[in-house]
Amino acid sequence: MEATDRNNREGLKAWLNPSRYGAERISYWLQRLTGVGLLGYFIGHVYETSSLTQGPDAWAAMLELTQTPMGHMILLLVIGMSTFHSANGIRLIFTEGGKGLGKPGRPDYPYDAVSLNYRQKSGIWIALILAAAAMLFGASVLFGGE
Amino acid sequence: MSETIEKLERLDKKRKEHEKKEIERSSIYLKIFRANRATGEQAHYDTVEVPVQRSTTVLDALLYAKGYKDHSIGIRYSCRMASCGSCGMKINGIPRLACYTKVSELYGDTITCEPLSNFPHIRDLATDFTQFFEHHKDMQPYIQNENADIKDPSKLSEFVQSPEDVDKFLQFSYCIKCGCCYSACPTVAMDTKFPGPQALAQAYRYFADSRDAATEERLELVDDRHGIFRCHFAGSCSTVCPKGVDPALGIQLLKGHMLGYSSNEKKIADLKERLMRK
Repeated sequence: MEATDRNNREGLKAWLNPSRYGAERISYWLQRLTGVGLLGYFIGHVYETSSLTQGPDAWAAMLELTQTPMGHMILLLVIGMSTFHSANGIRLIFTEGGKGLGKPGRPDYPYDAVSLNYRQKSGIWIALILAAAAMLFGASVLFGGE
Repeated sequence: MSETIEKLERLDKKRKEHEKKEIERSSIYLKIFRANRATGEQAHYDTVEVPVQRSTTVLDALLYAKGYKDHSIGIRYSCRMASCGSCGMKINGIPRLACYTKVSELYGDTITCEPLSNFPHIRDLATDFTQFFEHHKDMQPYIQNENADIKDPSKLSEFVQSPEDVDKFLQFSYCIKCGCCYSACPTVAMDTKFPGPQALAQAYRYFADSRDAATEERLELVDDRHGIFRCHFAGSCSTVCPKGVDPALGIQLLKGHMLGYSSNEKKIADLKERLMRK
């Protein structure tokens, strides 16, 4: 029997469903989601700025698109995604180098993983709060009126 | 001393909180994943009602179902006391040991039992651990030291280790290879060549052991395109580990050594020894 017949890998479903394993898994999911979102924005941004090559009228027409409520909503999402991705990324730079995780020891029942400590959870919450604050500020500027 | 008392009080409080969450029921429904890949049997779920008590584990319930309701249920188990790591399975969607999970800890009247994800499926709740053990073997999980030549007993020597030295790796040597971390890991789910949290934690276990001299070789083993840097600290391995091994901690500490974040105490000790000799 071929191994592929017995394949039981979760594949993409594993990171599309973050609900089962706690805050760190949700942060992992959000980091990937915001990363993919920012990549999408980057491609869109390159397309938008490339309209400059077609003359000032084309550029002005493209800018008009971003000055709509939908354009503002997309920009707000980009502000939130980039803030979360950066703040959480800084936490991960330290964490993935073994900093802020605690030391190995002798585990006692009921086991609490040392690496999933309050520092990690605080870092995730700080990244979320910063993203929300940046989005609020962005909303006040974009929708605040003249 | 006061620290020890405080720690014991804290643990006692945690245990009591744990007990408060227990749910009392006289029976539950087991929803068991059924499929036999060898015969081409289609995957489906069988639901069986099982009487339970406060201390009934999911494995007890499954064995009751196998003994009195349906003899054909395929389960792998052995010690029934979280020592052998045979009965790992997904219980209500989360990888756990069936012998270590009490029915009273789980919410709802129906408990779903499925085979571990990311392992090739064999039959019902049994999965194939061949690839998992291969990854473990690839990490050379044994002490490598020319002074500990097992082929020549005259070369054998005693190694002195302080309790602090032991604490650096002891936690990781508690691994029972149940595969729960491997099943929960999102990188394993996507990359078949990734060694997984169990194997990488074992790489750190021997790396951190002051008796081991194969530091460079171990780092080369894990520093691969599909190696340790594919881990992005989702932490799920440590969440599900039933023995408190915390594989994510070992993996990140090993990455720290490779990135130069952490000082390698073995190297420092080696340098000190060389200076002493001079």
